[in-house]
Amino acid sequence: MKYVTEYRDAELVKGVIEEIRRTVTRPWTLMEICGGQTHSIVRHGIDQLLPPQIELVHGPGCPVCVTPLELIDKALSIAARPDVIFCSYGDMLRVPGSNRDLFSVKAQDGDVRVVYSPLDAVTMAEKNPDKQVVFFAIGFETTAPPNVMSVLQAQRLGLKNFSILVSHVRVPPAISAILSSPHNRVQGFLLAGHVNAVMGYHEYPPLVEKFGIPMVVTGFEPLDLVQGILKTVQLLEAGKVEVANAYQRAVTFEGLKPAQDAINKVFMECDRKWRGIGMIPMSGWGLRPEFDEFNAEKRFDVESLHAEESPLCIAGQILQGLKKPHHCPAFGKQCTPENPLGATMVSSEGACAAYYRYGRVTSEVIRE
Amino acid sequence: MNNETVNIEGAVCAPPLTHNEQIVMGHGAGGRMSHQLIQKAFVSAFQNTALNAGDDAALVEPGLRQKLSISTDAHVVSPLFFPGGDIGKLAVCGTVNDVAMLGAKPLYLTAGFILEEGLPMDTLKRVVESMRLAAEEAGVQIVAGDTKVVQKGKADGMYITTAGVGVVREDVNVSGANAKPGDMVILSGTIGDHGIAVLGARGELGFQSSLQSDVAPLNHLIDAMLDACPNIHVLRDPTRGGLATTLNEIAAQSNAGILLKEETIPVHPEVNAACEMLGFDPLYVANEGKLVAIVPKEEAEKVLAVMKSTKYGEGAVVIGEVVAEPTSRVLLKTALGSTRVVDMLAGEMLPRIC
Repeated sequence: MKYVTEYRDAELVKGVIEEIRRTVTRPWTLMEICGGQTHSIVRHGIDQLLPPQIELVHGPGCPVCVTPLELIDKALSIAARPDVIFCSYGDMLRVPGSNRDLFSVKAQDGDVRVVYSPLDAVTMAEKNPDKQVVFFAIGFETTAPPNVMSVLQAQRLGLKNFSILVSHVRVPPAISAILSSPHNRVQGFLLAGHVNAVMGYHEYPPLVEKFGIPMVVTGFEPLDLVQGILKTVQLLEAGKVEVANAYQRAVTFEGLKPAQDAINKVFMECDRKWRGIGMIPMSGWGLRPEFDEFNAEKRFDVESLHAEESPLCIAGQILQGLKKPHHCPAFGKQCTPENPLGATMVSSEGACAAYYRYGRVTSEVIRE
Repeated sequence: MNNETVNIEGAVCAPPLTHNEQIVMGHGAGGRMSHQLIQKAFVSAFQNTALNAGDDAALVEPGLRQKLSISTDAHVVSPLFFPGGDIGKLAVCGTVNDVAMLGAKPLYLTAGFILEEGLPMDTLKRVVESMRLAAEEAGVQIVAGDTKVVQKGKADGMYITTAGVGVVREDVNVSGANAKPGDMVILSGTIGDHGIAVLGARGELGFQSSLQSDVAPLNHLIDAMLDACPNIHVLRDPTRGGLATTLNEIAAQSNAGILLKEETIPVHPEVNAACEMLGFDPLYVANEGKLVAIVPKEEAEKVLAVMKSTKYGEGAVVIGEVVAEPTSRVLLKTALGSTRVVDMLAGEMLPRIC
């Protein structure tokens, strides 16, 4: 398949890995920020192929994993209403709220639908004028353009029965929080290429300057990933602190201006809680007040709903790269994808789920 | 950035949800949740040797000269008609294939119809005609049936349950428990065609595809394979839950491991493209006209040659081998040379967000 096959070419990937091997002279700890990259690394076993000096730790870039409990509870509360059709990206359905998940709501009383695009939810609102259609707008910068487009489209159509429940998060504040931690071990970042495709990478030079570590815009296919790793290692070995772009086929410095304009028109920066990390100031996006009529939290009066998270697993430390999934005593025992204790096990982009599905522990045993 | 507000050691997880209280969609997806439901709700209640064996069909010995293979399958597909097939063809082939997977010649089927009030008579006729044609191709007779009508809204057009019986060939011993280290794993063709064709036919994906479901009766293919090599150890059709789930079942039943080679597993380019876009893995997507055969290494070439000469086996390939360790695990050697575990489908197959 065009643009996939050639980036999975084993010989090309092995060639770049060989170059990494020749370049590296000492141990380096890199973090891939994005859950999609974690998934790809573990699926293709890229970390097994890297020289032992390179350690990859998995960042908090899985939007499903970091959506706070409180917002899940709000979603469950709205989805259970008889007048609501609740639309969501598929992998949110399994994320546990305080006492149930969207699957349970669907089985009991709610009308919960999986959609592939928020614009499908707008169409559903048009077709069901007697129902309130709510879209669970989660994600990083990548999903922000379609999510804000759904609001603009609903506005253009004059729909009074469409709203979105927003839990948007942004990468730069998360990187800042991780690097500010006294426990930080990360020496170089692989930036989330799809986020950069929308936002460009002009937000990152100030972070690089402040924290003094290199960051490399990186794609998602095996060849993209090893090229991103090679570039990061080259910068580290040369003592260079800068932002580089190893995903030039998709990313420019400025990013997609029309997408950014649409985001800025509908969203504004706000404080956001991250599941597993806590509150990160100005790390999220929420609807601007002029779009209040599309704000599901206001429409269904769930703003005051509050939930306390209970400390049962080490998802927080995994999301910050302090621990690996199999360091958790519950991993693969009490905690499995069909019985997830933590959000990192729920989403297929979550580090725990990726480890579980692709059997990292077992294959490490095999290699030994 | 105010560091005080970032709770660095904060471990936060919600309590587990096991879905023991009610049925959720994941219980029907053919993965581990389905297996757990079957074990807890049914096998523990009905306990007998044939059921406990956990094969696609039950092997029974009612004191006749030959052993019988019995199976049943309920069909609830939406839409009722999809490229390459329909619920009727599916209902016949599903049961024919399950019966045949024990090395049996399927002979008779029964069919139960649950019809929704308002179903156009023409729809029913088309489905029945499709069943007639599929039964004819498979060489089975539909000898008994039942019809119920439920109120509008209580069924999705129509549901069909079929049961089938066949006689097991005398010279064979085929079961999911028979895989032996050193055996070769053969797959009869591309994976994921049915699942993606049905998904496309629902019209929710926003793109069109010319992909056809692979739904087909495999009993003649199996006959040809067993004629060539009566010593086939395992036959199974990877339906819901996909190839990954089926191989995990076999690994567990046989207490052996299975090692696959990623680049040998055939996937139609359209299936691959749909999976890449939707965040699915073809290893977990349903098939309705494919089988996995596990055969002694020295017989593999012969079986493969016979398969390739048939209509439904022309894409047959060796995709891996049975290994002694680790037991009950399916491993995959990636194209890059790394190794990973291929787990069973957990609950429902969910599209990823990005």
